[in-house]
Amino acid sequence: MTCECERENPYLPEPARIVRHYDLVKDHRFYQIRHIDMQRAMTFTYEPGQFIMLSIPGIGEAPFSISSTPSRPGILEMGIRRVGSLTEALFKLKDNDTIYIRGPYGNGFKIEQMRGKDIIIVAGGLGVIPLRSILYYVLDNRDQFGDLYFLYGTRTPSDKLFRQEFLQLKQRDDIECLFTVDDTAGEEWTEHVGVVTELFKELPPLDPHNVNAVICGPPVMYKYVIEELLKMKVPKNQIQMTLERRMKCGVGKCGHCALDHLYTCIHGPVFTYWDTLQFRELI
Amino acid sequence: MDVKYLDEFLASLGEFGTLYGPTRRDGVLTYERLDNIKELEITTERPLIPVKKLFHPKRFDMFTYDENGFTPNCSLFEKRVLIGVHPCDIHSLLKLDRLYLADPADPYYKGLRECTAIVGFSCLPDENCLCKSTGTDIIEQGFDLFFVKLNGFYLVWVGSSLGHDMVLEKEEFFDSDVTPRDIQEYIDWREMRDGMFQKSFDFKNMPDVIELSYNSADWEYFGEKCLSCGQCSMVCPTCSCFHVHDIPDIGSENTGRRERMWDSCMFVDFSLVAGGHNFRKQRADRLKLWYTHKLKTLGREYGNPGCVGCGRCLTNCPVDINVLTVSEALLSEGVPK
Repeated sequence: MTCECERENPYLPEPARIVRHYDLVKDHRFYQIRHIDMQRAMTFTYEPGQFIMLSIPGIGEAPFSISSTPSRPGILEMGIRRVGSLTEALFKLKDNDTIYIRGPYGNGFKIEQMRGKDIIIVAGGLGVIPLRSILYYVLDNRDQFGDLYFLYGTRTPSDKLFRQEFLQLKQRDDIECLFTVDDTAGEEWTEHVGVVTELFKELPPLDPHNVNAVICGPPVMYKYVIEELLKMKVPKNQIQMTLERRMKCGVGKCGHCALDHLYTCIHGPVFTYWDTLQFRELI
Repeated sequence: MDVKYLDEFLASLGEFGTLYGPTRRDGVLTYERLDNIKELEITTERPLIPVKKLFHPKRFDMFTYDENGFTPNCSLFEKRVLIGVHPCDIHSLLKLDRLYLADPADPYYKGLRECTAIVGFSCLPDENCLCKSTGTDIIEQGFDLFFVKLNGFYLVWVGSSLGHDMVLEKEEFFDSDVTPRDIQEYIDWREMRDGMFQKSFDFKNMPDVIELSYNSADWEYFGEKCLSCGQCSMVCPTCSCFHVHDIPDIGSENTGRRERMWDSCMFVDFSLVAGGHNFRKQRADRLKLWYTHKLKTLGREYGNPGCVGCGRCLTNCPVDINVLTVSEALLSEGVPK
């Protein structure tokens, strides 16, 4: 006889394999993973902006954003910073090793309201990881969206994640890429220097009602980026941001990601600026 | 049912599952498995730890793991009959249902709910009961049987098909004729009970008050006092947050278990993420979240405020922070002295 927790257990991690990994920059690594069950790997899908819970038995479990796009199915990509015990253990694993995942969780970006609109993607540092998902989603469905602007700032050139990959995007004529660093730190750098908000000066005049912006970066960045967007008169509910919180379950039960009466794991992690005015602890 | 049949009837419920109920252990009234029906203590006193402990255990293994992955732990489930639950604690389960049974349901809570029959008992308020304010002093659902003690007899409400079967097993104990006199006794009892409440608070308006008091200096005041001990969460019947961690077996690299245990948003590391950022470093912020869930709403999809007026925070908070002192402070001018 099967019991309740065997029949349907949302906490049950599924085995997956590390297909490939490489270092992005110091302490940041790129991973491609795939469910070991082939049927599951083929049918697994998600929305840009969603996340998964990743487990290593004996170490624990934590949420990670998905960095790939569902428009390129079959493989799941993540960018992971070595910052705690779980990622420490993950960095010791090799290709073909088994990890455990469950998900996808969260609401994802509001793609329906973005269709037909000009898109501004603003990333700071590590924040580019979840935004890479929506970036490629828009590029893969290019005719469904208006102009595409990709603004990405980091502290120094060597902090730039996916640097080669993104520099190649500059060749395309259907996306405007604006990259900046706070400080060149003596490295070779031909793009902008300054904080990410200074890149807004480079944008052409846009009809603000036709703009949808998505933001992710360190907590300090949101305030200044939002100020720029409000100056442009982008409506508050057309500014989306994806947030980080501590999570243990991913399905709205454990309470760790509670914000007012919302749960980041089910009502987020993507919230609009209007949400943050209503629920004041978001940013 | 005449009171003289009670013990024999409750003992007969062993046919329907292992008996659980309030009993005294080391002087503390606590919901436990009963080895003998004589251990059961039907009383108006509230058990220190609420009934959630039998459905959302303090600590249990969710999974064991080995080289082949994670295996769910099914050992929690057995047929149980839980006797002696008061209306506020039954209401707390109905509130937890909204959260834990929302899709996707928590399989451990769901399994424990489904295998447990509830035989509730009426109570009389003590000096800290607030259930009249929260509208949870009377229960109309969420039990299989509910016993109201009147003069020399029990008025027994049958709340489910299973409860009906329980009654049929000992049909001879029950009198199905309810006389106008019985009804009058019940009404008198309710009025008597209503008159016993010594404390009340403005629960109905609290959702708006909490919303409008976001920037109130009262939060700082209570934050200064709070010890972050988490006792309020342990004794609150609708505190349901949990922590999960892995415990490797001693001497084994590949095997172990994934354990879940009660957590509290009062603890400093509750919102701490890897890398060291803490989204709720201040005690005032943590208190505000707790009271938002208790007095405003448990969660957008999870319905009403969590508080069931059981009075446990009044009895247990070592520095007198509770639904009463907080709601009174928010409704009065200035910061409490």
